[in-house]
Formats: sequence, structure tokens, C-alpha cells
Amino acid sequence: MKLELYTQAVIAGLVVGFLARIRMLRTDYRQYPTYPHGQVIHLSLGLIAAALGAVAVPALLDRDYTAVTFLTLAAQQFREVRNMERETLSKMDQMELVPRGGSYIEGIAMVFEGRNYLVIFSAFITSLAVIIGGWVSGTVAGMFMIWLSGRLRSGKYLGDIAEVTEGTLRFEGPNLYVDDIYLMNVGLVDDQERIQQFGLGIIITPKDKDSRVTISNIGQRQAILHDVSAIMGVYRDTGEPGLVPLSKRDLKDGRLGLLLLPQERDLQRTIEVIKRVPVLEGAVRMPTESGGN
Amino acid sequence: MGTIEKAILAVVTRDMDRVAGGAPIFFAETEREMEHLAFTLEKILDGMAHRLDPVTMIIVRHT
Repeated sequence: MKLELYTQAVIAGLVVGFLARIRMLRTDYRQYPTYPHGQVIHLSLGLIAAALGAVAVPALLDRDYTAVTFLTLAAQQFREVRNMERETLSKMDQMELVPRGGSYIEGIAMVFEGRNYLVIFSAFITSLAVIIGGWVSGTVAGMFMIWLSGRLRSGKYLGDIAEVTEGTLRFEGPNLYVDDIYLMNVGLVDDQERIQQFGLGIIITPKDKDSRVTISNIGQRQAILHDVSAIMGVYRDTGEPGLVPLSKRDLKDGRLGLLLLPQERDLQRTIEVIKRVPVLEGAVRMPTESGGN
Repeated sequence: MGTIEKAILAVVTRDMDRVAGGAPIFFAETEREMEHLAFTLEKILDGMAHRLDPVTMIIVRHT
């Protein structure tokens, strides 16, 4: 009878863990993980993680403490997942017209590792709840864990920490400015004309001191350029080095000036897209939390 | 990282007295010719054309 309760707990943990992984696996505009095989990889790993979490509780209750060492093995395994993701994405990044950049890739890789731990945790809690309080508490715990993993899925967006407005692109001789922020020197008249015609100037104004540091991060800036290019398309090709989306900072107040070259020149949509760019975990700084303030 | 990140791949000028050095130098007679040379070089070398002064342009590879 006791064994049967344990089996029930393991099954419940496994199911909840797997559902949590499905809930956290979302292939959106970034098309990552790739469909279908990238997703199969992560669902399989999610199942393994769920099994580990679910089995841990009965093992501990049976005083089989060595079972915990298996969790360390799992941690090792999922760190490997992070490496794998990092490697794949870095390789693919070389083939992008507008690369994601290192910080974005680290962010994605970190998410994959983190989500597997969440799966282990969900399975662990559910399995524990089933053993302690039977099916009812198991179901409640399971639903709560799935809801929680959904909540933890997404972080902040750029729109939360900064204002995005239109800026005017203008040339002073060969020098390109967006409003008063210097962007670059464009030598060819041909490139200048095309930038005037297809380019879109954007100004990103940080809302506070913390976000000023965050949006100055080069990885975060590259992420903005990549996301806009991924969603709106990009007016660019190899052999056209003059047409490059880029961002420069105003050193005085930390505003960001952007030159974008979207395939569809739609200002409102572009601003919306920029507002929904995720704030990269690796770019977040909190200078206001320091004791010096 | 030890690697050279930016390099001047070519120089296009209308005044030979103003330039010298390691990069290939292309001489143009007119503004139009200079634009044309820089345009072609930009496409071939995949480096961006920048204008240093009214008579000199450089092709730079940014990586």
C-alpha cells in the first residue's frame, strides 16, 4: 500500500513537471527553440527533470539519502544543456544579418537551464503534496506550481523601463544624426539617400537611473536591433555595409539613438516592437540599490 | 582580444598629396568618379565607405 502511494506521488510529480515544462516552452517570433526538433529535445529533457524531482521525495522518505546525489548529477546535466544552447545559438548567430549578440544568447541559454530546475521543483512539491495530503492537495499544489512557472516565464520588457519615441534622421555633411545624437559617418551619397528613404530614427529615453545603465549595455542594444530586424524585416544584405542598423548613446543623459532599417517602414509598429523587447537579465543593473546612494 | 577589429581596406582620393601609407590608394579625377570608385569598392570589399574630408574617402571594415 505504501509503495502504491509512492507510485502515485511519482506519477503526479512527473505529470505536473512535464506540464510545467510545456507551459514554459513557447516558440514565438524568435523561433527558438526551433520547431519541431528543438522542442522535442527540450520536452524530453523536461520529462527527465520531472522524473528526477518526483522520485526525490519517496527516496528521501525511505531514508535513501544518497538519492540526493542524483540531483547534483541533474544539475550537472542541465548546465550542459546551457552550454549546448549557447553553442548552437552562437553558431547560428554568425549567419544572421543582424546578430543577436552574446548577452541575448547567454540570456536564452540561462533560461533553458533555469526552467529545468523549475520543473524539478514543481515535480518535487507536487510529489510531496500527494504523499502528505493525497490526491486533492497534490492537484492543488500541481496547479499552483504550473501557474507559478507560467508567472516566472517572462521578465520585464523595455517599455517598462524606458520611453520609446520617434527621432528625426538628418545628415550634416557625411555625418548622420538622430535628433542630436551622433550615429556614424556615411561616405557614399547613395547610402545617405537610402538611409533617408528607408531609415527610421528612434530615441529611447530611460525612465530612471537604473534603466539608464541597463539600456546602455551593448548586449541589450544589440538585442533591440535584432528583435526589430527579426519582426519587421531588415533592409540590408551582405556587401551593403553602409546599411547597418545601429545604436549610439548620448553621453550626457544616457538616451539611446537608434537607426533602424525595417523592411516595412511602419513607425507605430516598430515602437511597439521595441517596447516589447525583453530586458536582458545580464544587462540589468541597480545602482540605486547600492549603499553609496 | 588581440585581433584587429577595424582596418582601412582602401583609400580613394582626389588629392594624391594628402595620402600615403599601407592601404591601397585609388586616385579619382572628379567627385563623381570618387563616389563611383568608393561605391564599387564598398560592395566588393564589404567594408563601409567613410568620408574623411571633401577629397578623401576610406573603406573600413568593421567587425
